[in-house]
Amino acid sequence: MGKQFLLGNIKVPGIHTYDVYRKHGGYNAAEKALKTQTRDQVIEEVKFSGLRGRGGAGFPSGMKWSFLDQKSDKPRYLVCNADESEPGTFKDRFLMEKLPHLLIEGMIISSYALGAKTSYIYIRGEYMYVLRILEKAILEAYAAGFLGKNILGTDFSLDLYVHPGAGAYICGEETALLESLEGKRGLPRLKPPFPAIAGLYACPTVVNNVETIASVPCIVNISADLYNDIGIGKSTGTKLISASGHINKPGVYEIELGLPVEEFIYSDEYCGGIWKGRSLKAVVAGGSSVPILPANLILKTAKGEPRLMTYESLSDGGFVSGSMLGSGGFIVMDETTCIVRNLWTFARFYHHESCGQCSPCREGTGWMEKVLHRIEHGHGHMSDVDLLVDIAKKIEGNTICPLGDAAAWPVASAIRHFREEFEYHVKYPEKVKDPKHFEKEPFVSEKLERAVH
Amino acid sequence: MSEVRFSNDTLTLVSKLIGRYPEGRQKSALLPLLHIAQSEFEGWLSVPTMDYVASLLKIQPIEVYEVASFYSMFNLKPVGRCLLEVCQTGPCWLRGSDDIVIHLEKKLGIKVGETTADGMFTLKTVECLGSCDTAPMLQCGAAYYENLTTESVDALLVKLNADGERSSYMK
Ligand SMILES: Cc1cc2nc3c(=O)[nH]c(=O)nc-3n(C[C@H](O)[C@H](O)[C@H](O)COP(=O)(O)O)c2cc1C
Ligand code: SF4
Ligand code: FES
Repeated sequence: MGKQFLLGNIKVPGIHTYDVYRKHGGYNAAEKALKTQTRDQVIEEVKFSGLRGRGGAGFPSGMKWSFLDQKSDKPRYLVCNADESEPGTFKDRFLMEKLPHLLIEGMIISSYALGAKTSYIYIRGEYMYVLRILEKAILEAYAAGFLGKNILGTDFSLDLYVHPGAGAYICGEETALLESLEGKRGLPRLKPPFPAIAGLYACPTVVNNVETIASVPCIVNISADLYNDIGIGKSTGTKLISASGHINKPGVYEIELGLPVEEFIYSDEYCGGIWKGRSLKAVVAGGSSVPILPANLILKTAKGEPRLMTYESLSDGGFVSGSMLGSGGFIVMDETTCIVRNLWTFARFYHHESCGQCSPCREGTGWMEKVLHRIEHGHGHMSDVDLLVDIAKKIEGNTICPLGDAAAWPVASAIRHFREEFEYHVKYPEKVKDPKHFEKEPFVSEKLERAVH
Repeated sequence: MSEVRFSNDTLTLVSKLIGRYPEGRQKSALLPLLHIAQSEFEGWLSVPTMDYVASLLKIQPIEVYEVASFYSMFNLKPVGRCLLEVCQTGPCWLRGSDDIVIHLEKKLGIKVGETTADGMFTLKTVECLGSCDTAPMLQCGAAYYENLTTESVDALLVKLNADGERSSYMK
């Protein structure tokens, strides 16, 4: 079993309550930071720990914190991004539901470091029952003197509130989230200015993912040095992975960064192998937005080295033969999966979630959904495959926010690695009539040959 | 139509919520208030309801309409007492969400987007609800129903019918 910085106490009965959490060392880090460390010391610790944003982009957290405009005389805000809507990602829900006080403790230490006196947790509206759990825990933290005025007798005061969204993936994008928190539609802002300069209410703001903030107490507790020891190179510490799809044991796993992908998929400690004794076809390793990889390329890089669960190893080979760690939404597909249909569900998702501000994204996601729908249902043309590639290219890099890229990458990569399967749908429409067309007879690329002869 | 007005208890909660945001930033409380309004007024937001929320926040009605229509959890038309929201995104599809949708359509005698004649159920498909490890799944009100099978769906319908309660994200 690897080191567990976040979920180590998850099995302790009642750990969601203040008393039990406190008894098991909870809030020791908050006490240590507030009583013995300066704000700058905490920021330095987070910098040295190598912690990178767990929301998807993997930006070094300490560096992000140091960008916060400290000269401005406006209030500063910390906003926790608990919007978690990336398909295949459910680790933040798990963490908040089981360990609400870990997030609250992280918010206290991080707010202290950043000089924020009011902080918000923006949680997706569908997680309303988790919001209730958080609110209850926040009340406990106020009662225990860890929130409110002059925490632990120091001159640091903090108010912490939870704010519900209402069903919009785009509000996970940090500037859309801030718009939404201001009571507006979730339309991403043009950057610059970045939130560190003009964020919530045009004040200096840091937006961090739930898991990022929940990692801070551990760094303060064990020291940045020890945190840094875990992992490989610039991928330090542990990461929560949401594992779903055709595996024996779907769920949330805390892994030490550096774990081989093969071990993650097949070991009983984690996914427990592919369900129904079937074989692995493909993996989307970091949430629906990252490139899909076929079995051979997820287990080994193009150079033949074992693929590891790190930011660097998963992206080895760039978009030609690699992918990304992203949010850690690890979606596994067995041999019976139709890549086209899976992709169509993602395209439908991005079309539905596009905020509509930029025409390449608004129109392009709609076209991709439509074209994929017709290929999947046996009404496609051979030219549709290149048409999809072309649309994806025209969206990528031409939009206000990265949702456009996130919609384009899955399409481009699926066609790069599984082109024959798209062509098969066009060539043999009668064979894909049954929605479960590959369930009885998995698609293998030679099939195209056999069908022709 | 009866006057749209929150109870006194709810109004106390509303002022507490508004107090969470800085002076002059009361509009921030819009999403929380719309959730409450939808829950208190039959599961959807009518124009008078939205106008009422606008008056509470001292903002223009259009500022409420444009927000209410942006977010998929707000219903701008009446819905059945129980809104069944089945997740249909990739990870759920991989584990059989299509079968659940087809089964519900057959069982309820309606298509996705429709409401049963008795006004009991509205069927909707939604995108990833962050519960992919327990796929297939659906949401009804605040509750998640997970690891669905056709049998467990049948049992759920019986239970919801017997309860007869209106689903709400706030409960
Ligand atoms: C379309 C889109 C959706 C996003 N959704 C989320 C999300 O649900 N949760 C999250 O933490 N970050 C999400 N992000 C990333 C955020 O914009 C931001 O980078 C992140 O919250 C920063 O926190 P971190 O540095 O701690 O990762 C999303 C980005 C985009 C472009
Ligand atoms: S890329 Fe898409 S989601 Fe992002 S701002 Fe443009 S239209 Fe909106
Ligand atoms: S895909 Fe259905 S909950 Fe994530």
